[in-house]
Amino acid sequence: MSKSIEELKSLTTQIRRDILRMVHAVNSGHPGGSLGCTEYFTALFGNVMNYNLPFTMEGKNEDHFYLSNGHISPVYYSTLARFNFFPVDELRTFRKLDSRLQGHPTTHEGLPGIRIASGSLGQGLSVALGVAQGKKLDGDKSLVYTLHGDGELQEGQVWEALMYAAAKKVDNIISTIDYNGRQIDGDTDDVLSLGNLHAKLEAFGWTVLEEKNGNDLEAVIAILEKAKTETGKGKPVVIILHTEMGAGVDYMMGSHAWHGKAPNDEQLDTAFKQLYLEAPADY
Amino acid sequence: MKYTYTEKKDTRSGFGAGLAELADKNPNVVALCADLIGSLKMEKFIEKAPERFFQIGIAEANMMGIAAGLSITGKIPFTGTFANFSTSRVYDQIRQSIAYSGKNVKICASHAGLTLGEDGATHQVLEDIGMMKMLPGMTVINPCDYNQTKAATIAIAEHDGPVYLRFGRPTVPVFIPEDMPFEIGKGILLQEGTDVTIVATGHLVWESLVAADELEKEGISCEVINIHTIKPLDEEIIIKSVEKTGKIVTAEEHNYLGGLGESVAGMLARKRPTRQEFVAVNDTFGESATPAELMKKYKIDATAVKEAVKRILAN
Repeated sequence: MSKSIEELKSLTTQIRRDILRMVHAVNSGHPGGSLGCTEYFTALFGNVMNYNLPFTMEGKNEDHFYLSNGHISPVYYSTLARFNFFPVDELRTFRKLDSRLQGHPTTHEGLPGIRIASGSLGQGLSVALGVAQGKKLDGDKSLVYTLHGDGELQEGQVWEALMYAAAKKVDNIISTIDYNGRQIDGDTDDVLSLGNLHAKLEAFGWTVLEEKNGNDLEAVIAILEKAKTETGKGKPVVIILHTEMGAGVDYMMGSHAWHGKAPNDEQLDTAFKQLYLEAPADY
Repeated sequence: MKYTYTEKKDTRSGFGAGLAELADKNPNVVALCADLIGSLKMEKFIEKAPERFFQIGIAEANMMGIAAGLSITGKIPFTGTFANFSTSRVYDQIRQSIAYSGKNVKICASHAGLTLGEDGATHQVLEDIGMMKMLPGMTVINPCDYNQTKAATIAIAEHDGPVYLRFGRPTVPVFIPEDMPFEIGKGILLQEGTDVTIVATGHLVWESLVAADELEKEGISCEVINIHTIKPLDEEIIIKSVEKTGKIVTAEEHNYLGGLGESVAGMLARKRPTRQEFVAVNDTFGESATPAELMKKYKIDATAVKEAVKRILAN
C-alpha cells in the first residue's frame, strides 16, 4: 500500500484535477475546502492510516476515518477512488441521479469507504468517539481519524464531544481541524470568531498539535505521524492544520468565494494548466 | 373483564428489567445515558455490565452520535433519556447519523406524554411518535404495561435497524401476561367485539379495556386491539376488525397530529375508508398536575374513550 512521496505528490495533483472535473461536470459542489484538504487526504490514505480492502463497515483492527464536514465530498470520493475503494470511473456520477456519490457522503447505497452520513455539520466527532470507544471495548488497538471544518466548530455538538473525549480519556482518536479561516459567508473571524482555538482545545483537555503548512504533503505526513506518537496517553489528540481554501488553483485562493461554487469551462482550463494537464476533458 | 391486574408498575421499570436481562443475554448490547440513570431504571444493567455502560452527561446530541459510532463496531446501543430529549432535542442527529446512516441504535425514551405529570409541558412531549415515524427506516414502538415493555426491550435487540421505544413514568396496571411473546409490527387482539373497534397504544390500552368493560354493561360490544408498534403498522389486524365493526376509535397519549390515529386514518383512507374518532391530545401543550388529572382534563382516559365510542355510534 505504501507509495513514495513523489508518487503521492503526483496523486495529490491528480485528485485536485478530479475535484475540479467533478464539480465542473454538475456545476455544483464544494471545490474550495476539497482543494485545501487534498494533502491531508493523500497523506492519510496513502501513508499514515492502516486499512484493508475490500472495505468492511466494522473494519476491525483497522484504522477508521470519519469526515465531519461532509461538503468536501469531492476530495473524499476522489481519494477513495484513487486508492481503489471503488472504480475511478464512478466519479463521473457525482451528484447525478441514481449515484452512490451523493452531494454529501452517505452510507445507504453502500459506497465503500463511507461509514456514516455527514453534511449537517457538527456530528462527526461524536460518531468517531463512539467508534473509538467501541474499539477499546473490543481490545482493538487501531486508531480513529476525523476531519472537521473550522467553521464547523461553531456547532455546539462539537464542544459536547470535545468535552466528552477528554473526560472519558478517549486517547485512540486523532482529530484534525481544517483551519483555513473561511466559511460560506466570509472569513471565520468575521462570521463568528473561534477566538484562541489552540487554547480552547487545550482547555478542553486535548493534546493540541499545530501545523502551519497544511498544503505541504511531507509536513502533513510528519504531523500525523507525530500525532500517532501522542495517542495512548490518556488524552485525545487534535491537529490544527493551517490550509489554504482552493489550494493549487490561484484564482480560488485568498477568499471564501469558491467554498461552494464550480468553475466554468474557461476557469476549468485555467485551473488545469496550473495542475499540469493540457486536456481537461476526461478522468 | 378478561384482563385483570394484581399490581401496578411503571413501564420504565419494564425497560430497566429488559435491559438488565440483555446484559446477560447479549454481549453486544451497550447502554448509554444522559444523566438519568435512576429515571430510566438502568442501575441493574450497570451493575451487571459496567464496562458496557456509557455515562454521557447532559449532552443528548453527543449521545446519539456516540451511539451511532458504537453501532459501527458491531455493538447494539440502547440510549436512555426522557422522550423529549430523545427526539425533538436531537432530531437532526437521529436523522443523519442514525436513520439515514441505517445504524442499529435503540432510542429508549421514558417519561413520554402527559403522564410525566408535575414537571409540566417542557418535559411532556406529545409530538415524538410523529417525528420518529416520519423517519424512513425507523421502527416506532409504544408498549402498554410493564410486561410488554420488558418484552419489547428484549425483542428490539434482535431487530437489525433503528428503533424508537417509548414508555412512561407513572405506575399503571400490569395486565399483559408475562410470557406473551412480543412481535414487532404485530397487533394484539385483546378483546373481541362487534359494534366498534378500539385501537389503542401505550397507557391508553388499559383505559380502553376499562371503557370497553363499562360499555359492555350498557350493551355496546367493543373490539379492543393493542397496537404497540405504530410503525410498521399492522394493517391486517385493523382492516379485519373494521370489516366487522365498520367504526374505529383510536386512543393514544399523543397529539392527534402525527400519532397512531393519524397512521390508522391514513392507512384506512387508502385501503378501507372507515369512520373514525380520535382519543388524543387536541394539538396543545400540557401543563403541571397529577397524571390522572391531566388524562381527565386532556380527554385521554377511559371516560374519553367511552365518549368517543358513543359519538361514533350516534352518527
